[in-house]
Amino acid sequence: MEQQYYITSFCSIKNNKISKNGELLYSDDNSDSIKDFAKGIYKFLELKYPKFHKMDELCKLSFLASEVLLSDQLEVSEDTALVLANRASSLDTDRKHQDTIKDRENYFPSPAVFVYTLPNIMMGEISIRHQLKSENAFFVKKAFDAKFLTTYSRVLLDTNKASNVICGWVDLDNDKYDVFLAFISRNGEKLLSKEQLNNFYKS
Amino acid sequence: MAELQEELKEKIIEQLSLEDVEVSEIGNDDPLFGDGLGLDSIDALELIVLLEKDYGIKLKDPKEGKAIFESINVMADYISKNRTK
Repeated sequence: MEQQYYITSFCSIKNNKISKNGELLYSDDNSDSIKDFAKGIYKFLELKYPKFHKMDELCKLSFLASEVLLSDQLEVSEDTALVLANRASSLDTDRKHQDTIKDRENYFPSPAVFVYTLPNIMMGEISIRHQLKSENAFFVKKAFDAKFLTTYSRVLLDTNKASNVICGWVDLDNDKYDVFLAFISRNGEKLLSKEQLNNFYKS
Repeated sequence: MAELQEELKEKIIEQLSLEDVEVSEIGNDDPLFGDGLGLDSIDALELIVLLEKDYGIKLKDPKEGKAIFESINVMADYISKNRTK
């Protein structure tokens, strides 16, 4: 018999809004940029984490979603795995890096930009914040794939590679973003299934 | 020298995204790394780029940065003696 797992909570950031478990937490239709929007969420959540300001926008979005997702957890188990995916990889920051190196006469690549030219840095930032020493995997896919994320999370839990899993989709490309993180655990009310994960993603 | 010191503080805050830090909060003798502003290794590389880009100073050995970036005072003194722009 298949072991049952649960979607304990989920967080979405889309259309200038951030919500948890389907309930709106914060919205901002006035910000001109994702940077300003993310800073607004940071202030709303009353976070004190200076490293946030150094992150690229992709990392900021995943960081904020993880903060909301884990906000009601007294302690996050260090073997909480991370399984993330997106479509545009780190293209947003790749372009910024490209801008600093395209002119051979004005060639000043920024180390602070360069370090974010990989999408899996998102998982590094979340791991540092919560002291996770866990399995993590990042995938580039054409679209949100609930079946894939569900299956991958199940395997990690079935094989005791992780006690919980944070899985989801964090995509950013040319000021268009779509963020959805879910916390998968062995206890809860909402059974994990690809249909349920997809419903929460679309909600 | 005071003008350069203020300029450096502004550039460091801007370049290193120290959004919670004000110019007035950085003392001229405060250590920039460790217990001071808490800068990290990526920040050190960013400061090396800043030296070259804004003041025309190219460090031959990145390890030189450890002494040069000790404080605003030390950094300003080094820049004023070695700048080419």
